[in-house]
Amino acid sequence: MRKIRVVIAKPGLDGHDRGAKVIARALRDAGMEVIYTGLRQRPEQIVAAALQEDADAIGLSILSGAHMHICPRVMDLLREKGLDDVLVVIGGIIPDVDIPKLRDAGVKGIFLPGTPMQEIIDFIGGNVRPRAEAI
Amino acid sequence: MKLATTETAKQRWEREQLEPALKKSPERPGPFTTISGRPIDRLYTREDLPDFDYARDLNNPGEFPYTRGIHPSGYRSKLWTMRQFAGFGTPEETNERYKTLLKAGGTGLSVAFDLPTLMGRDPDHELSLGEVGKCGVSIVSLADMERLFDGISLAGITTSMTINSPAPMIFAMYLVVAEKQGADWKTLSGTIQNDILKEFIAQKEYIYPPRDSMRLITDIFAFCTREVPKWNTISVSGYHIREAGSTSLQELAFTLRDGIEYVQYGIDAGLDVDTFAPQISFFFNSHSDFFEEIAKYRAARKIWAEVMRDHFHAKLERSLKLRFHTQTAGVSLTAQQPYNNVVRTALQALAGVLGGTNSLHTNSLDEALALPTAEAATLALRTQQIIAAESGVTHTVDPLAGSYFVERLTLDMERGAKEYFAVIDRMGGMVEAIEQGYPQKEIAEASYLFQQAVEKREKIIVGVNDFVQEDEPRHPILYIDESTYDKQLGRLEELRKTRDNAKVQQTLDALRTAARGRDNTMYPLLDCVRAYATVGEMCDALREVWGEYEEVPLI
Repeated sequence: MRKIRVVIAKPGLDGHDRGAKVIARALRDAGMEVIYTGLRQRPEQIVAAALQEDADAIGLSILSGAHMHICPRVMDLLREKGLDDVLVVIGGIIPDVDIPKLRDAGVKGIFLPGTPMQEIIDFIGGNVRPRAEAI
Repeated sequence: MKLATTETAKQRWEREQLEPALKKSPERPGPFTTISGRPIDRLYTREDLPDFDYARDLNNPGEFPYTRGIHPSGYRSKLWTMRQFAGFGTPEETNERYKTLLKAGGTGLSVAFDLPTLMGRDPDHELSLGEVGKCGVSIVSLADMERLFDGISLAGITTSMTINSPAPMIFAMYLVVAEKQGADWKTLSGTIQNDILKEFIAQKEYIYPPRDSMRLITDIFAFCTREVPKWNTISVSGYHIREAGSTSLQELAFTLRDGIEYVQYGIDAGLDVDTFAPQISFFFNSHSDFFEEIAKYRAARKIWAEVMRDHFHAKLERSLKLRFHTQTAGVSLTAQQPYNNVVRTALQALAGVLGGTNSLHTNSLDEALALPTAEAATLALRTQQIIAAESGVTHTVDPLAGSYFVERLTLDMERGAKEYFAVIDRMGGMVEAIEQGYPQKEIAEASYLFQQAVEKREKIIVGVNDFVQEDEPRHPILYIDESTYDKQLGRLEELRKTRDNAKVQQTLDALRTAARGRDNTMYPLLDCVRAYATVGEMCDALREVWGEYEEVPLI
């Protein structure tokens, strides 16, 4: 069976990548194929990576407060590229008031500090719609 | 083969007292390890310090190797500086917060800049979108720096600025504000973080490649010895290394090894060690494992004194004395049950004080949720004041000295740090080790192991993986909206219309010329600042000469 493919990305100017790296490793240890983009990725680069890697899910790590600019942009670009079925989740410091707005924009999973890794693994495993076998 | 013929006192105690006691009441399953995974024995006695030598390993406070502190009278003469890191939104909003903190009894300022400023980007750069004024104050040009310190006399205060890649630009702005206030640079005191190595290792706010970045730092060393002799030119930082997930030992080892690298580069740039070493300061984390942290600070002073005297042959006593700032561990704060963070922070602050910190920042209870509210920031300051005024721990110098446990841990930390030094030396130095990704990999590994220990509940975080409370009430937070972005964009546009742009171009050209050659970059930078060049423009000028660093992403 094809492994679930996840792009983990750090958008924005922030370089605090501890969370992104830990979760990337946890997903990989849970049997997923993980592509870590590295730091300071523009939404265009993240979506291009998802397309190129035929990703089932994108995980964004944002701690700086820029999520309300970055997430809607990523969602728009995914729709433009016909990647509506890619599951998008975000981890980071997200004020309560922004959570419904992010859900409205199409972000399915929102994980705050202290979330167990297993919860994120289970969420991605349970919510991706595995894409067709790559040709 | 030598047979054990005599039983030590500890062995006798184990046989006579411990074993029967354990039969009745076995120990908890443990593991009895520090937060860094270091195993801790159930009992430490004199037998755990077989070669201990008071004069060599400790000595009195104010005497080499300064394990017990750099001041003979400890906190009886001068308490630590209570320096609360703050910055958000516009320069005016942050200025107001500074005035509140000073009025509440804060004794120094500490500036937090937003990410565009930290990364040398103007607010109109595409990567600045959504980041302006969010994690700190937005500083675009000298005009913002003037607003930031409006009504605050720079001659009468010490200021710490957490700025790294654009440290020379921001420092130049501070100096020009001081100049305009009529202050003498020779009397100015404060700190710029200016520690690029830990950016490559941990926090990742780098712009230029490592060697060009090191050139900027040695330019500041040279400039300050001549122009601003009381300024702390660098704050060699373990804080971010720890926040990125290192162990306590890795924090100690990598930070001190970074310090050694800076001293070596300064000497290689032609400076006499005693002209710049006294202005090097350090910055450590205070995490939750109480005694391990205290041992870390004590070991740090001892190692630094020995390295400076024996390796670099520094003659001035001030070159040997490690001075440091401490910040409680942001990463230990939980979004769950945020009031628990007050308790965590108090214990961490106490560890910093018992370790002899020279200045301290205590985090606010709401920092896992957002930037702190004014109320939360004031409570954090009060935590320090209670330790200073009420706990009694300031009455005697280094009160934990002679504890078998603390001294054993201190010696173990020292030995472990020296083992890391040897590995890094074999790679050719810290710049080379960073280029090979060595400290980065060590930290990533430690952080993953810790997270696994939390998942397995070998390490308990109250409110997160034990004592969890459902349906917590929502905590009020400071919400930074987009008004700063709009305001700073408007100001930038206005600035570009009203300043002498020919003069700006001319000063930026002079900066590029200095960067290509060997002239000290601080002098042309001061001219750029006086002409109201922006942080982004100055950083771009150097990007054109040196290019940008990109790390290979590793997981």
